[in-house]
Amino acid sequence: MIEIHNLSKNYNGVSVLNLEHISIPKGQAFGLVGNNGAGKTTLFSSLLDLIQPTTGYIKNGGYEVNKSEEWKTHTASFIDESFLIGYLTPEEYFYFIGDLRGQNKADVDALLSGFEDFFNDEIIGKRKYLRDLSKGNQKKVGIVATLIGNPDVIILDEPFANLDPTTQIRLKGIIKEMATNKDITVLVSSHDLQHVTEVCERIVVLEKGEQVKDIMTSPETLKELESYFSGEAVV
Amino acid sequence: MIKRFLNLEWKAFFRSASFQVNVFLKILMGLGALYFIVVFASLGAGLYFILEKAELEPLKTVNKFLIYYFVVDLIARYFFQKMPVINIKPMLLMPFKKSKIVNFALGKTALSFFNIIHAFFFIPFSVILLTQGYSPLGVIRWHLGIMALIYINNFINVFLNDETVFVVLLGAVFVVLGGLQYYGYFDITSYTGTFFQGLYDMPWLAIIPILVLAGVAYYAFTYFLKRLYLDAGLSKKTKTATTENMEWLDRFGKGSTFLKNDLKLILRNKRSKTTVFLSVLFLFYGLLFFGEGFIEVYEGPFMRMFAAVFVTGGFLFSFGQFVPSWDSAYYPLMMTQNIRYKEYLRSKWLLVVIATAISSVLAIPYVYFGWEVLAAIFVGAIFNMGVNAHLVLLGGAYIKTPIDLTSGKKAFGDKSAFNIKTLLISLPKMLGPMALYAIGHFTLGPVSGFALVGIAGLAGFAFRDKVFNMIIKIYKKEKYKTLQAYKQKN
Repeated sequence: MIEIHNLSKNYNGVSVLNLEHISIPKGQAFGLVGNNGAGKTTLFSSLLDLIQPTTGYIKNGGYEVNKSEEWKTHTASFIDESFLIGYLTPEEYFYFIGDLRGQNKADVDALLSGFEDFFNDEIIGKRKYLRDLSKGNQKKVGIVATLIGNPDVIILDEPFANLDPTTQIRLKGIIKEMATNKDITVLVSSHDLQHVTEVCERIVVLEKGEQVKDIMTSPETLKELESYFSGEAVV
Repeated sequence: MIKRFLNLEWKAFFRSASFQVNVFLKILMGLGALYFIVVFASLGAGLYFILEKAELEPLKTVNKFLIYYFVVDLIARYFFQKMPVINIKPMLLMPFKKSKIVNFALGKTALSFFNIIHAFFFIPFSVILLTQGYSPLGVIRWHLGIMALIYINNFINVFLNDETVFVVLLGAVFVVLGGLQYYGYFDITSYTGTFFQGLYDMPWLAIIPILVLAGVAYYAFTYFLKRLYLDAGLSKKTKTATTENMEWLDRFGKGSTFLKNDLKLILRNKRSKTTVFLSVLFLFYGLLFFGEGFIEVYEGPFMRMFAAVFVTGGFLFSFGQFVPSWDSAYYPLMMTQNIRYKEYLRSKWLLVVIATAISSVLAIPYVYFGWEVLAAIFVGAIFNMGVNAHLVLLGGAYIKTPIDLTSGKKAFGDKSAFNIKTLLISLPKMLGPMALYAIGHFTLGPVSGFALVGIAGLAGFAFRDKVFNMIIKIYKKEKYKTLQAYKQKN
């Protein structure tokens, strides 16, 4: 579904991302971990054609993302608050995204009804604009909005950050469900090793822009990652 | 400490994403400032003799009209003087006193051009008063009193954050008072003039404005000092949301999604509301030009066309100019969603055209000044819709200044919805119709002048898709730069 070829990004001669080849097949739940500055957000941003790579290209569903815009029809993403429209209520925002993705109100409502638990009665019908919601609630809205219109590819940057424990657990459930759906390719980045090993079938570790590990998740993966990040493996 | 603050300001300017545009505009602004300095200075030097020639007592006459001077000053300040926006939040935890932050911010307003410009009038005027045998002590008292009043205006303006209604009411009241005075019903200047004259005549009266100034300055200081908390002056105000379906907009087809969104954008954000409000004010702008013998400089065919374009173009210039910056806060979303740029642009264009059409309907009462005026406004509107609507969208593609929609966030606020920048970018769009009209006017008469402008406007519609394609290309080409620039808040 997604092919990354010789992708690199330099800022003023400093390389922040340098990936030879990563191929993500359709239906995979793909996790990206790494410390700050490892290049996770840079990778996602170039995947969404928000920044221009220095070399190489990314193909999403067969389309090169910086040449064609066709990938936008089957890709949904939530990176940060700049994916929300602050002066809309959550409902209006969902309907707006629905409009863009060819879903009518009934479709959107049907989808939302499945997330009542997740929203914890703090989102729908609260007569608040998105800009006035707390960071965590904003995040919930952004994540659920990516599910509108049955996209084939869903990209979430740090979905677990800023969420309360209950919501984190519920979100894990949601992502796991996506992962079992063989039509949806999910890309998730996280600092939380436990969460990411729980929900992802495959985990790639980035360090300073380079891929240092590419693991198919197994019961030992968490240990392996923990020892890597605690520095033991490096020695 | 002041040095450090200045250093921060300096960096904010030079490291800004729209640095080049800023420099260019600063140069233009500098030229504009120079113009005003020259005007004020020559007025200061010459007014005395002009009034003497007209057989009016100079100081008394100036005092008589000073009240209008101060009101105009306050209104001009409200719309054009920038508030001292410094990034306050990160400063709060730094190891220096909060009073320093407030002092710096308020001190910055004191050095504003809007205060200094008055010196160019009052200093030469006072010097001439002295040379003409007015009592030195009296002139000094008068001068100090006036200076204090100017600075009182400065502080009033600081408090007037987002009180557009008040400012407009004030303006309206004084327009009415001016009218009453002109027609001889009631003369407010007989009261205020006495006061200003008293600054000169009476030994103690000048103390009053100085004391008031001290009071206002102290109040401003404590007011902002108290509000330097996250849940006070620096907080956001939460309003209960209203939901509108706006289904009636569906008739506009696929673009209606954006149209609905744009309407919500305009209705629910301070910054855009001010924009709409200002475009209503523009409707009245023509009164300055078309009123018989009102202001002589504004007479003549060119200037009338200039005014006509402005009357219906308020929204066009203040809103259209900043597409796509209005969407800067969520531009990454727009760039990753399945959006057809054409529909997006068409919605903004439609909004501009509808607003222009509404303005031209509202401008019908101008027929009072003769059919020529109305004709000028109508062809001006056609030109606005057909040509300028495209030009502003084209220009907007290059303006990468992010717009902070909720500009009430900062304690000192930034209410510059229609600022000097906007004005400067707008000017070239006036010149086209002025030139066209002039060509017609001086060859075959006014009617052909109007016809030329109208035809040019209609012809513009034919190029709509072409221009849209051009804009789309720019959007695509500049996409990464724009995203980068919009990331920068402030």
